[in-house]
Formats: sequence, structure tokens, C-alpha cells
Amino acid sequence: MGQTPHIAVIGGGSTGAGIARDLAMRGLDVTLVEQGNLTHGTTGRMHGLLHSGGRYAVSDQASARECIEENRVLRDIASHCVEMTGGLFVKRPEDSEEYFEEKLEGCRECDIPAEVVTGEEARQMEPHLAKDIDKAISVPDGAIDPFRLVVANAASAQEHGARIETHSKVTDLLVERGEIVGIEVEHGSGPGKRVHGTAGGTEEIRADYVVNATGAWAGRIGDMADLDIEVRPSKGVMTIMNIRQVDTVINRCRPKGDADIVVPHETTAILGTTDEEVEDPEDYPEEQWEVDMMIDTLSELIPMLQEARTIRSFWGVRPLYEPPGVGSTDPTDITRDFFLLDHEERDDLPGMTSIVGGKFTTYRMMGEQISDHVCGKFGIDADCRTADVPLPGSEDFSVLRDYMDEFGLRSPIGRRSVERLGSRADEVLKTDGPNPTVCECEGVTRAEIHDAIEGSGSDLNAVRIRTRASMGNCQGGFCSHRMASELHAEYDEAVVREAWDELLQERWKGQRHALWGEQLSQAALNYALHATTQNRDRDPADGDPVDFSAFDAGRSRAGGVADADVAADGGTDGD
Amino acid sequence: MAIESDVLVVGGGLAGLTGALSAAREGADVRLVSYKQSTLRQASGLVDVLGYTPDGDGPLTDPFAAIQSLPDSHPYRTVGVETVRDALSLFDEAVPTYEGGHTDANALLPTHGGTVKPTARYPAGASAGLASDDRDTLLVGVEEMVDFDAPHVAAHLGAAGVPFDVRGETIRFPGDLRADAKVTRYAKLLDTNGEVAVRGRKVPARDALAQRVNPLLEGEARVGFPAILGDDEPGAIRAALGEKLGVDVFEVPMGPPSLPGLRLEDALFDALDAAGVSIETGNPVVDVDGDDRVERVFVEKNGARIPNSADQYVLATGGFVGKGIESDREGVSEPVFDCHVPHAEDRYDWFETELFGDHAFARYGVATDDDLRPLDASERPEFDNLRAAGSVLGGYDFAAEKSGSGVSIATGYAAGQRAAQEAR
Repeated sequence: MGQTPHIAVIGGGSTGAGIARDLAMRGLDVTLVEQGNLTHGTTGRMHGLLHSGGRYAVSDQASARECIEENRVLRDIASHCVEMTGGLFVKRPEDSEEYFEEKLEGCRECDIPAEVVTGEEARQMEPHLAKDIDKAISVPDGAIDPFRLVVANAASAQEHGARIETHSKVTDLLVERGEIVGIEVEHGSGPGKRVHGTAGGTEEIRADYVVNATGAWAGRIGDMADLDIEVRPSKGVMTIMNIRQVDTVINRCRPKGDADIVVPHETTAILGTTDEEVEDPEDYPEEQWEVDMMIDTLSELIPMLQEARTIRSFWGVRPLYEPPGVGSTDPTDITRDFFLLDHEERDDLPGMTSIVGGKFTTYRMMGEQISDHVCGKFGIDADCRTADVPLPGSEDFSVLRDYMDEFGLRSPIGRRSVERLGSRADEVLKTDGPNPTVCECEGVTRAEIHDAIEGSGSDLNAVRIRTRASMGNCQGGFCSHRMASELHAEYDEAVVREAWDELLQERWKGQRHALWGEQLSQAALNYALHATTQNRDRDPADGDPVDFSAFDAGRSRAGGVADADVAADGGTDGD
Repeated sequence: MAIESDVLVVGGGLAGLTGALSAAREGADVRLVSYKQSTLRQASGLVDVLGYTPDGDGPLTDPFAAIQSLPDSHPYRTVGVETVRDALSLFDEAVPTYEGGHTDANALLPTHGGTVKPTARYPAGASAGLASDDRDTLLVGVEEMVDFDAPHVAAHLGAAGVPFDVRGETIRFPGDLRADAKVTRYAKLLDTNGEVAVRGRKVPARDALAQRVNPLLEGEARVGFPAILGDDEPGAIRAALGEKLGVDVFEVPMGPPSLPGLRLEDALFDALDAAGVSIETGNPVVDVDGDDRVERVFVEKNGARIPNSADQYVLATGGFVGKGIESDREGVSEPVFDCHVPHAEDRYDWFETELFGDHAFARYGVATDDDLRPLDASERPEFDNLRAAGSVLGGYDFAAEKSGSGVSIATGYAAGQRAAQEAR
């Protein structure tokens, strides 16, 4: 092996991006392919909890220890993606005292800082907690933005020479002489950044080794080489509230159950979740009862949720895996641990390892282990540096200044921009022209939108996850067309229209589960703005040609008089 | 003692204002109470009557001809096409700065989203911009304004097949408005024609704006701006710009806060004042007394409940957007008079999967008898002396049909007129 080995990583979630970064930093050639956007699968559909490990401190202590270890690492290397909110495990009168003690004990055994607080103290921290909460255990839970984290990992991988191909679906594994030697991908719009309307094409990517990091989709990749990978996808709902009812992660302190966590996330709070096995990670029912359960059950902890406004709900699919023979029937019993399946050892098919199971919080550790495994295949002795080297955006967070003066932005917007961008703030926000706010709900400025477009091509959903534009209360009602117009600076109108339609449809998808009360009023307003004011539902550019001459051409022109020198209204005032 | 009137209109949007005006024109003593800001500030200010059929056919050239084929439950069918015409005549008379009344044909107007849409009446400020007029057009956007990107709108209009050449240019607005200034700031500056600094010299704002645009003209006969050309003096501003540029000047309607919508609201309030309607804004109706008839309603003001009684009542509180129709996870309701709102029991039947699908919620509102009286669940009038108008009515999707303003004007007119006649 004289040459640098080339590794193909399949999957652009946290695990795949973490692996790509790790391998690239160790000097390997890496190509990462992802069928959708980065975070398209499970990573983009989680509650954004940075685990302290407390949730697993009783049931799965190995996972709990990994969580607290990685929690500390991520606060360090990904500071611009993390908000250390702290967390509480709260106990209601009907919840088991014995379990509360076990939880406390478990946290201590796993080296998770944990303190008991009284109900009174808990309510001082979080005034909207129910009056009858007995007591709570405080732990170092936090909130983390999975989108920014994955984008930062991919950017770091790119800086180290990796090739990142989104919207490139693997259509086959290349098998020659009993060995996997690469992948075949179908590019959505040609190699490189996505541009709507650009012809795609098939590419054979030959690789010295393939890593299957597709999580819940791992079985599908396995099928391409007749490998049996028994992932057990399990769906969970998350319901997004329009404000932060709490500023601390609130967990219910009881063994296991649905609807037992609230995570404050940016301007919102996210309620979660359910755990139900599904056949197909892309096609499963998204049901009303799940949303209702989030609101009704979590209202036992935070009563105001009952009347609060939700802006959307979404579902994610856990990539659960359990080794053959365990036979859990309830998905909540399946371990959250991860597994490396080396298909040479397991199936006599060299050239690929799959990584399945695991959790978002430990994505970096998973990347490290599989990178060690891959390097071992090639006899490469290179240290993992991903725990020590900060991600782009978190490099030098000490140089924050007075954003308002510096970037000409009103202070709350400047503050939020800089929080999102971290150490990249200077580079992104310093522009020649004016920098107006494009998304008012989330305080996203034109400069950030353009920075995201540079990184993601014509894909407005990719811009959205990088910036949070259109993710606030109005769900894109006021800013979708503005985002489209910003895209028009780089791309032609037909491309923009397609990207715009795609963004609108995506925003609608999650709102459908929040259509009552205030959010139904908002949706009706959005519908009026897009359909009535803009006529985007009957856009003549998408439809049959219009016979313009059959319509009113104006009072002054009705008689065939075209006198451009006369103002149509005679210049009268008062209209 | 209750405040008394012949007719009490609840709601201050297009339907309520038209209803109050038509009742007053019938000679009734009319009082109007409204609570929330009207949705006119969110509307484009265009008066659509009917642009598309409920099946999506269109754009329709003749909205009046299409009314006959609407389903029976549509509010236009309830009032009839002649009432729609009469109502528009009242509107044309009350708001003389609007155009379009010279023909039955719809006009096509450019939208700030870059499409064109069919509408029946348009403010004078938009009339030089008709897309059914074939003169070449320059659109001018403002660098700091994210709601109107002129090159993008122009390219989109081109793709929509407009019968003229259209270009977009972007300028920096003269003067020292900050990057995210609201449209009202631009309007104010042009209204007052205040002096702005241009290369060290003080120049009136209208001149400075014309100077920015002049070198960009390439022989176009008309120039369109986003709807920021003044709140109080839009005609004078357009005339001044037009004269300096040697072109016709128009505005492209925009989303909220919409100056054309606010100007229309002002014009209608002026007409109500002239007609002697008494108006109280900012206070909600919190309770209703009555069984078969509404006896009185209570308006909450500074914590006190003030009774208002009338012979006839008009409900014009709007739809979901205006909060005249409300919902929770269990169902849909009308909060003021608690009128029945027919709706699917399962809230997952309220919408379609597709963004612009045939959403049931868009047609939710009260159902009425032929006299516009809201019906209860057993299809009897909720009250003998209560009529409904505008978006609080069900049975039509104003956004898909482009019929919102027309239905509000027609049903407001009819409800107000009938209320006044009955109050005699």
C-alpha cells in the first residue's frame, strides 16, 4: 500500500460527517456521499439534546459514560453549536421514589455531575414547572444544533481534502472478485454543489474501502451486496413549540416512556418523543395521537403546554440495531449502543464495514472507532485528533466584540448571528453592501444567507438548516420569497423557482401537524400571502400560456390611446 | 344605559367597513366596533373579485360571467351577481382613486412574487403597471429591501410570458435609512420630500430618487417601484417621479405591512366619517345577550363592560387570519356570537398534504341562509337579527380563487343594506 487509501463514506449524517472528518484529518483520501442534504436522515430529525448521559444512567451505563465523556468534548470542539442549558430529571408525586434514587446513584456511578434540588428550587429555575413536582436531579444536559454541527464537520473534512457529494444516492455497491471495490452513485444534479435543473448522471466511485454510515438505511445498502444488516428503525415524534417554555432541558424521572423530554432549542422548545418500530425508514405513518400525546403528557410537567402554540412536528427514525439472537420485542429495550459490522469477518465479503446503532451525542466517538478500524486495515498509525481540534466556527470564540457597531446590525440580531457563526462571524458578516434582515423570526441576515448559498448551491433547504432562516414562528410565510430572491443573485430564475417551491413544500410538511389555534391562523395568513398576494399557487410561469390581450389594459389604454406622457391618474393626491 | 344604534357592525375590515357604509347609505344609524388591527394592512390593496374557478380554471377574464357557475354554497351565489355589481358600484363611488370599473374584464397585475394575478379593481398607483398593457417596463428595487428584488421579479415576469420587455435594477435608496428600515420610513421620507445628502449636497428626496433611477432607463415607458411611494401623498409622489423621469410610474403591491392596504383602509374610514357612522376601534366584543334575537353586546373598554344595543347586527370579524374564526385541537368556532362553524371532526381532515392542495380549512366559516344569517347545526338561523359578511363566511377559498376582497365587499354591502332595511 504505497498510495494514500481512498475511503468512500456513505451517509451525510453526524456519523458519516464525523468519520469523514476523522479520516481526512488522519491524511486519508475521503469521498462522502449523501442521498439528500447533509443531515437529511436521522440527524436532521432529532430533538437537539446534548446528553449528559443521565437518561441512560440506570438502564445502560456504558452508554451513559460515553455520553458524559463526549458531552465534555463537544462543549469544547463545537462551542458554537452547543448551548449549555443544564438539565433536570423531575419527579412527579406518582413517579417512583426508588427509581429517583437509582437515577441519582446511576449518575454518580457514571461520573455525571448530579445534584438533588427541591421542587421549590426547581420551580425557581423553571417557573413554568408544575406546582406538584416533588423534586429533581440536575445534570449537565445541553442543547446542540445538529445541522450546524454536521455542516462544520463536513467543512472541516473538506479543509482536509475530502470530497463531499450531497444529493448523490448510492445505487450499487461495486463487487469484484469477491470484494467491495467502490460504489455507484446517481448524482441529483451533477457532481459538486447542487444546482436545480442541472443534469445529474451516474458515477462509479472506486475506493480502497467503503464505510456504510447510513444508520436506519444501512440494510438497504447491505442489500446491494446481499448482506443482511438487521437495523430496526424506530420512529419518534418531536413537536416544536413557538417559544421556550423552559430554558433547561426537562426530563421526566421515570424508567422509560413516551413524551418525557422538553429541550429548549434556539427560540423554540422541542417536545419528545415516541419510540415505535417501523418497516421503512422513509415511509411510515405520522399520526395525530403522537402529537396529542406530546402535549397532553408533557403538560403534566409544564401545564402551560396545554394551551401553547406549536409551530410544527416532525418525525425521526432511530437506527437501532441489536445483534442477532437478542430478540427484543419492544424497541425501547433495544440498546442505544453502536456496532461495527466488518463484512469481511461477518459475511466473508471484504472491503466494507457498516456502523449501526448509536446516538448523536457520541457521533465523534463512533467516528474515531471506525476510523481506527479502517486505518488498521491499511496498517496506518495515525492518531485521532477530532477530540482536540475545534470545528470551524469554534476555533477562537474569545474575540467577540460589539456586534452592533461592528456589523451595522441591531444588537439582538447581531448577537444571534454571532452565536450561530461563532469564530466565522467576521468572515461572513463583513460585506460591502447593506446587510438587511431576511428572516425576522430567527434574525438571519443577507450575509448569512449568501454564505450558506456559497456552501450549499441552489438548495434553499440546505440554506435553511445552515442559517435557521424560515424555521421560526412564521415558518417561511414572510421570508421564503426573500430567500429565493437572495438565491437569484447566483442562479437563474427557473432554478430559483424550483428551489423556492421545494422550500415552501418542506415548510408545509411539518406545519400540517400543528394546524390549530394560532398556528392555523398563521398558516391561513401564509396561504393568503403566497396564494393571494403573490399568486404562487397559480404561477403562470409554471402553467399554460396566458392570453394577456384578453384582459383589461387600463382605462387610458382601453380606447387604444397610448400616451406615455400622461400619468394614469393625473397625479391626484389622496389614493 | 346601552349605546344604541339601528345597526351595529362588529369588525373593521373590508366587509365591516363596506357593511357600515351601505347601511348608512340606506339611512340607518350605524355604529361600528372593531378590535384587532384589520387584515387590510396584510393585504395587497388589490380588489379581486374572482380570478379562478374553485376547480382552478383561469385566470378568468370575466369574473361576473363565472359567478353563475359557482357552487350554491358560495357567498356570491347567496347574494347574486347583480348585488356583486351594485356593491362594486358603491365601492367605486366611495373610493374614487381605484380603477377597473370601466370594464367587466379582469386586469392582470404584477405581484412582488414575480407572477401576475387577475384582479377587478386596482389603486391608481398600480394602474400604469398592468401586465395586460404591453409597454416595456423597468422595475426598480432598493438594495436594503428584501421584499422586492427587482431583477428577480423581472426575470420571473418574463418567465410568466408578459407581453413586454421587463428589466430589474437595484438602487441604494437616497438618504440615511438603516438597512432594515420599514416601508413606512421610505414612505414618510417621500411624503415630506425631506432633504437627503447626495454627494455632500442636500437634495429633496423625490429628486434624489429620480436621479438614482434616471441613468438606468433604457427607453422604457414605465417604471415600477415596490409599494413604498408615500402614505399621505402617493399621487403627488408618482407624478413628481414620472415628470422627472419622463415615464409613467407605478407601484407593485407587496406583503405586510402593505401601504396600498393601509391607504384603502384610510379611504374607507373617510367615507364612513362622511356618511356619519360612529366608529369605535381597539375594544373587543366580549359577551352577547339574547336568545332568538341579539339584544345587546358588551364591548370591553378599560376593564369595563359597555353594553351596545341595536336593532340589527352584522358580524364581519374575519376568518382564521383575522381571528374571526378560531380553532383548537378539538374543533373550529366563531368566538363572538358562538355561531356554528361546520367542519370535519378529525383535524387531520382540515388540510391536504400538498402545500397548495384543496385545503378544507380555507373554506371554513359560518354557513348562512339566503339572507346571510348564520345557521346553527340544525340549519336554523342562530339569531333573527344577525347577518355575517366577509371572511367569517364559509364555503369559498378566497386565496385560491382570488375572491377575498370581492366577497367582503359584496356580502358586506348586502348584509349592511338588508340590516338597514329591516331596522326601519
